[in-house]
Amino acid sequence: MTQAYIFDHVRTPRGKGKADGALAEVTPTALAAQTLKALATRNELDTRQVEDVTLGCVVAVGEQGGNIARIATLAAGFDESVPGVQVNRYCASGLEAVNQSAAKVMAGQAQLVIAGGVESMSRVPMGADGGSWAIDPAVAFHTRFVMQGVSADLLASKYGYSRHELDAYAAESHRRAAQAWAEGRFKRSIVPVTDILGLTLLSNDETIRPGTSVESLGALKPAFAQMGEQAGFDALALQRYPDVEKVRHLHHAGNSSGIVDGACALLIGSLEAGRALGLTPRARIRSFASIGSEPTIMLTGPSFAAERALKNAGMRAADIDLWELNEAFSAVVLRFMQAMDVAHDKINVNGGAIAMGHPLGATGAMILGTLLDEMERRGDATGLATLCVGAGMGIATVIERV
Amino acid sequence: MIDYFKSELAGNGILTLTIDQPDSQANVMDRHFIDSLRHHVDAALADPAVKGVLLTSAKSSFVAGADLKALEASLSETPDAAKLYSECRAFSALLRKIETGGKPFACALNGAALGGGFEIALACHYRCAADVKGMMVGLPEVGVGLLPGAGGTQRYLRMLGVARALPLLLQGSQIKPAKALEMGLIDALVPAEALLDCARTWLTGSPDASKPWDRKGFRIPGGQNPLEPAIAQLFLGSNASVQANTCHNLPAPQAILSCLYEGMQLPMDKALDIECKYFVRLNLDPVAGNMIRTLFINKGKADRLMHRPDSIARHKHQTIGVLGAGLMGAGLALVAAQAGIAVVLIDRDQAAADKGKDYARTRLARDVEKGRTTQDKMDAILSRITATSDYALLQDASLVIEAVFEDRAVKAEVFARAEAALSASAILASNTSALPITGLAATLGRPGNFIGLHFFSPVERMPLVEVIKGHETSEHALALALDFVGQLKKTPILVNDSPGFFTSRFFGAFLNEGITMVAEGISPVLIEQAAHLAGYPVGPLAVADEVGLDLAHKGAQQRRQDEGDNYHPGSSVPVIAELVVKHGRHGRKNGMGFYEYGDSGKQLWSGLAAIWPQKTEQPDVEQVKARLLYAQLADAARTMADGVLFDAADGDVGACLGVGFPAYLGGPFSTMDTLGLAQVIARCELLAREVSAERFAIPELLRDMAKNGQRFYGKNALVAPASRKGEAA
Repeated sequence: MTQAYIFDHVRTPRGKGKADGALAEVTPTALAAQTLKALATRNELDTRQVEDVTLGCVVAVGEQGGNIARIATLAAGFDESVPGVQVNRYCASGLEAVNQSAAKVMAGQAQLVIAGGVESMSRVPMGADGGSWAIDPAVAFHTRFVMQGVSADLLASKYGYSRHELDAYAAESHRRAAQAWAEGRFKRSIVPVTDILGLTLLSNDETIRPGTSVESLGALKPAFAQMGEQAGFDALALQRYPDVEKVRHLHHAGNSSGIVDGACALLIGSLEAGRALGLTPRARIRSFASIGSEPTIMLTGPSFAAERALKNAGMRAADIDLWELNEAFSAVVLRFMQAMDVAHDKINVNGGAIAMGHPLGATGAMILGTLLDEMERRGDATGLATLCVGAGMGIATVIERV
Repeated sequence: MIDYFKSELAGNGILTLTIDQPDSQANVMDRHFIDSLRHHVDAALADPAVKGVLLTSAKSSFVAGADLKALEASLSETPDAAKLYSECRAFSALLRKIETGGKPFACALNGAALGGGFEIALACHYRCAADVKGMMVGLPEVGVGLLPGAGGTQRYLRMLGVARALPLLLQGSQIKPAKALEMGLIDALVPAEALLDCARTWLTGSPDASKPWDRKGFRIPGGQNPLEPAIAQLFLGSNASVQANTCHNLPAPQAILSCLYEGMQLPMDKALDIECKYFVRLNLDPVAGNMIRTLFINKGKADRLMHRPDSIARHKHQTIGVLGAGLMGAGLALVAAQAGIAVVLIDRDQAAADKGKDYARTRLARDVEKGRTTQDKMDAILSRITATSDYALLQDASLVIEAVFEDRAVKAEVFARAEAALSASAILASNTSALPITGLAATLGRPGNFIGLHFFSPVERMPLVEVIKGHETSEHALALALDFVGQLKKTPILVNDSPGFFTSRFFGAFLNEGITMVAEGISPVLIEQAAHLAGYPVGPLAVADEVGLDLAHKGAQQRRQDEGDNYHPGSSVPVIAELVVKHGRHGRKNGMGFYEYGDSGKQLWSGLAAIWPQKTEQPDVEQVKARLLYAQLADAARTMADGVLFDAADGDVGACLGVGFPAYLGGPFSTMDTLGLAQVIARCELLAREVSAERFAIPELLRDMAKNGQRFYGKNALVAPASRKGEAA
């Protein structure tokens, strides 16, 4: 089997995903195109060599609709021979794009590809793509759909995490992200976003608040209490988990991932393709996996996905030097550390989506790049990136430096 | 076909079709009805002389609803989906023909139109209603586990929009005519004498004989795309709240949601297909059958006093007495006075009796405040209650009901004083919930006139009355007691005297099993949640707290004293004793029971685990549910075998209306028929081995029934042992 390697990784800084966010004036197509262009430029790519561009994008309607990967590729000025495909595995779409791209290389059906993702949450709001899961009674009843935030609170209730523990985790995410920026740990991969005049709009992640503390987070009101208690989602969650007395609403805007705009891209290919183009491989994609788990609690998928990916690689958790798990909610990470026996100083060491935000379709690929940058800085050999995914799924990718 | 319709064509081309089922008080939607409707609709559409059709009824209601006899027979048939669909779809298509036939149909609702009757009206192009007492329209099918399957969901949806249609259908709302007019469900509300003219005026005014949804460019009010944010939110929230409330036990609300969700995305005729398919699916589900049998058919029989001896003339009680003006006595006085009966409310002194009347005053004042009644009516009701300590005032009473403490000596004393004041034909009833009636009758001079009337608290809200026949209770007493229950518009069930009668012991089996599990180390959270999931309104531990642990403890001590060596305490008795005696936990009343009660609500007491350490391996929730349910099923089977019940219907109606047995199961006997007796026996035998040989013991009767292929209902139904004894006597 051919091996798939990562040659490079670029990402935008993440802008607040609201109308007044720094990137709100940038269309998602432009955001993705700037990222693709940056990747091509700094690697001096002849884009005719790129055989496919796979971009994760979750809310693929409106200006993110159609097939944004192909349109962004054209907008980036790539050769017209470069096709594009948009993929959606909810929050894992970016990492799914990487895994599918790697699979093409491994199968010998492509030599050089780009994988990444884009989401402009300020311009195309979450949920705008509809879907049957929550709305169609036949489906909602069968799957016992609950709002994701209620799932996060259920997870915290079931495993007994306190508000203090969740907030402490969140404050640490901000502290780590701020430190990482201060020390320039993201410098290699960040591509500032420019406006139509070419002037820089944003060169730093916009939502980090370095002074965040458990005390400052303490003032925030639970975000999902009303939905949970009044609409009946709590009761529904407890029907599935009859051993839990009550859903305690502990998550809020400060210990959940932020809503942001952003895009990223990774250059992936075979060793031969890299050699021919003079590219240096940075890491080998050793294995990957996706999995489904119980959809009501929804957010326990990462440990199951990680186990499966480790098995595919013939590794054990102890063989992994560094971990990245998307910070969808504090409880997700606390549960994962417990389930996989991972120390806090080995996971999300430069902060995560609680501090920097979670641009849905892009995040998976972004955290893989962040993982790789940090492995290089630390001299670690192996890393695993994973995300919890809507409807109970999980995804994981194991990489190894070369 | 027997033609139920009278047809009359006027010179102006208006055909009046009057539904008038021969030899019947009401129009019932049976085969002849439907055939008549089809015949006359076809004829009217084919006859060029007919310009418009007026549909009305000669009875006091427009159409009464389904044919009960056919419905009851169909419950024991094995349903055939294809056949049922084709029959139901044909009826829906017939109504659609009225709607699209090109001639205007006006419906003159002279009386209430609920369910199928209102679906016919909705298919017409114009609806006017007479402003008469009892006028109601609506689609209440969800109440018996069904949905309106002849266009009701789709016409509500297209007339009102999903946001207004959904709650009406999910709650089965019966709508007062003024409200129906405001909503546009009817077009006019007129005095009864102007009703037919109103319809004819509309028909002669060159009306449009089409519905908005059959015209180009129609849009459902409020939107028809489920992705529109407001509609998406509505479904998102409704899907969750319906599941939260029904725990997936009731299929009808979900089917109604689906009919609207799918129906709004389809043209009318396809939408009617979908609605009919969901309707048939509900018919195939045992839930609808069990709900219809218990809540509609058997409750109806009970309401019509099925156990009343025919030989005794009907008696309308003018004056009754109530002994004891506590919560129960005061409630009884109120409901009797509301039913137009004069009440002598007696307690040991005037102040105590006045306090009972004050209760009625407070309740009524709240009703006046909320606009449910008027000051005049309140005054009239209160004037019927005489609060006194004087037993001599009972002389005109035809019935006296006792509601004093559950203490034999106190009861014997008030019985003696009442009997002395009463006429020889007046009957005396006890509202005891536990003391055997035959024993209470022992001190009486006229034990034949004595009977048990077990009301439930709060009397104003609880529809059930358990009528208990003592060994010496006469037919006369039974008839008069049932007449009283009938006057109160409550639902009576009849049982033989036995410890705990039916409802108390049946409910006790549920409580006992739940509490026993705590002592076994099963998580109290799991026990309460299992009860909730199984469809019980309140978990056993919460109910025990409400009833009062101290009361339960006292009751057990009393029985130990009364019964001596024959006393076999239930397995929950030591658990309650531990909480009451060692921990001072009396239940809700002192804020400490299985739960702790605080300002922010209640939560299970964390100290329970210290007394009864929880197992590390907890059972599956399904096992906990099964224990609660089968403890009650086994007990119900034993009550039947013991001759407590005269009819399975009494047990089912009593269980669902009196003591919170899940209505979707239709009561313990319907449940056993649905599960199959072989399955019930097998499961009980397993539980008897694993949990308790005593509580899950199955009577020989049930085994014999299984052997003989008998059931509690249907063609090869059991004749209750109590009724057999009756025949022999």
